[in-house]
Amino acid sequence: MIAQLAFLVVLGIFGFLIFRRIQRIKQNIHLGKSQEINDRKDERLKTMLLVAFGQKKMFKRLLPAFFHFLIYAGFILINIEVLEIVLDGLLGTHRLFAPFLGSFYTVLISFFEILAVLVILACVVFLIRRNIFKLDRFHKIEMKGWPTLDANLILVIETVLMLAILSMNAADQVLQTHGAEHYTQTGSFLISGFMVPMFENMSTSSLLILERSAWWFHIVGIFAFALYVTYSKHLHIFLAFPNTYYSRLEPKGKMGNMPEITNEVKLMLGMPADDSVAPPVEGMKFGAKDINDLTWKNLMDAYSCTECGRCTSECPANQTGKKLSPRKIMMDTRDRMEEVGDSLAKGGKGLEDGKSLLGDYVTKEEINACTSCNACVEACPVNISPLEIILQMRRYVAMEESGSPQSWNMMFQNVETNFAPWKFAPTDRFNWADELKSPNA
Amino acid sequence: MTNDNIQIPTVAEMAAKGEAPEILFWVGCAGSFDDRYKAVTKAFVQILNNVGIKFAVLGPEETCTGDPARRAGNEFLYQMQAMANIQVLDGYGITKIVTACPHCFNTLKNEYPELGGNYEVIHHSELLQQLINDGKVGLKEGGTFKGRKITYHDSCFLGRANNVYEAPRKVLEVLDAELVEMKRCKTNGLCCGAGGAQMFKDAEPGKKEINVERTEEALGTGADTIAVGCPFCMTMMADGVKNKEKEADVKVKDLAELIAEAEGLL
Repeated sequence: MIAQLAFLVVLGIFGFLIFRRIQRIKQNIHLGKSQEINDRKDERLKTMLLVAFGQKKMFKRLLPAFFHFLIYAGFILINIEVLEIVLDGLLGTHRLFAPFLGSFYTVLISFFEILAVLVILACVVFLIRRNIFKLDRFHKIEMKGWPTLDANLILVIETVLMLAILSMNAADQVLQTHGAEHYTQTGSFLISGFMVPMFENMSTSSLLILERSAWWFHIVGIFAFALYVTYSKHLHIFLAFPNTYYSRLEPKGKMGNMPEITNEVKLMLGMPADDSVAPPVEGMKFGAKDINDLTWKNLMDAYSCTECGRCTSECPANQTGKKLSPRKIMMDTRDRMEEVGDSLAKGGKGLEDGKSLLGDYVTKEEINACTSCNACVEACPVNISPLEIILQMRRYVAMEESGSPQSWNMMFQNVETNFAPWKFAPTDRFNWADELKSPNA
Repeated sequence: MTNDNIQIPTVAEMAAKGEAPEILFWVGCAGSFDDRYKAVTKAFVQILNNVGIKFAVLGPEETCTGDPARRAGNEFLYQMQAMANIQVLDGYGITKIVTACPHCFNTLKNEYPELGGNYEVIHHSELLQQLINDGKVGLKEGGTFKGRKITYHDSCFLGRANNVYEAPRKVLEVLDAELVEMKRCKTNGLCCGAGGAQMFKDAEPGKKEINVERTEEALGTGADTIAVGCPFCMTMMADGVKNKEKEADVKVKDLAELIAEAEGLL
């Protein structure tokens, strides 16, 4: 009874904390500009199933895709066991599902144990890859400090949680042979069965403590980890799904239009303007300087990023030593969002703190180096677009600051006066035809 | 030598005669002014003449699509250009456009509709592929490409931006040469370094130029011809080959040039 109450309290605290954190993330995402995305629902669902659920883009790199899939499958399926654990905790039962499922229960738990071992294997492989082989993309400048620790923590915590399940099951089996009260006979589990000899010589009372500790450690660990995830890059395990649902379905080459500019251009050209578009208001910004100038989708992108760095490793600018890293753009966007969100929650200045995404986090040198080649967009396993953010910032620099590189300003001038990006006389545009007709003239 | 029988009608001339072209050839600024890419324009026009397609160009009425301005952040300038071009195109009742520039292609196809300009837009590689499929373009016996190696460099604005990967390769198949792919090709293709208005400024500080990186990969295939389908890629790859002092052995050619050459039109 006390255990049930304790569990209820733990579950309550966890529920409260996670709810509060989800609210915060939602608020932060809503700092972005509104954008309606509710078309082509079938295509969106299909994209989500293929890309998030089916991990389609992960498989562009087979080896990490395979190990990642083990952890992903383990995460989803072992959750069925977590459901049982939560129900046991609430109802004061033990292995609630066992009597209903009979011998199938043993098969099911054995299957989960295989998954647990595979998860441990994958985590160890990933830890080795990060820390011993030192894969280049995990050691770029933006990965210094917290991002690297975060990645390692996740892998270690997952390993420990899986070990807890196995220890709990092993102790459970020994308790069953001791005939301890409440411990339903399940037969031997496939993996933890091998761990039984480690616990056989222990007394029933020590085993009880061990099994209960492992049980509590596992479930509280899972709650704590779930909460941690919302502060970590690991949030992708949830946001990958909505983020791919709201994917950009247009051709990657298409840049979003700015209707507020279209009306001004129409007026300048003496064409009838579109009344449905609100006229530019005082203080309105063109392009993006800070997170509230981006759309909510850009901000959701940032929360969905798990810092795998496939974008950066495919980026031609980054590969040739430029400062631009698409992953850093996403990490900066997220960090700025968190900064503003924290400040607002404390009654602080929020967006008016004198800082901004462009300038304090991202530099012009970074955004100017982008070739808009879409390699980062293509590479992202959860359909994030760093390119959209980069181009929005370029718009701010060009239209609000007139701060584009000098050569670009020259190009603008050429387009305005010569109708070509180079300084050629417009009257020479058709000379090639004469050259073709009389090559030697 | 003169090519007096070559027809390069402008849409205005056609309109004066009460005619309209089946397809408008959008030449683009590079195709009009850049010495190297003018050769591509000429090769493509010769192919169009040879197959007898009723095409026309805007000639002096054509202006920049606005793509470089837009990618560099100047949305005002882009929209000014786009609106003016749409007025001209719609004024002539243009419905179908072909262009040899993937940047013009992407802008006309994907970005003009939001400003009211709706056209069927294809890249010249797609038109060439159609002509090949229709049997209108083909290789004469004993082509000069037999036994040679060609590699194709994907343009980002054609490939990833618009998923056109097959048409350029189908065009190259006709040449009867051996098509050798670079490791980074199709969806994984490495940019030449010129997109996103990079063509119009120096690169940011780094340890290498992107076009050199890409050229090294192309040279690594052992091909004697690097095929491209974009004026910016053309410049970047040609500069890269020069940088590697390989211009005597390796040529950078556009798809239309290769076809025109194979058909004996050049």
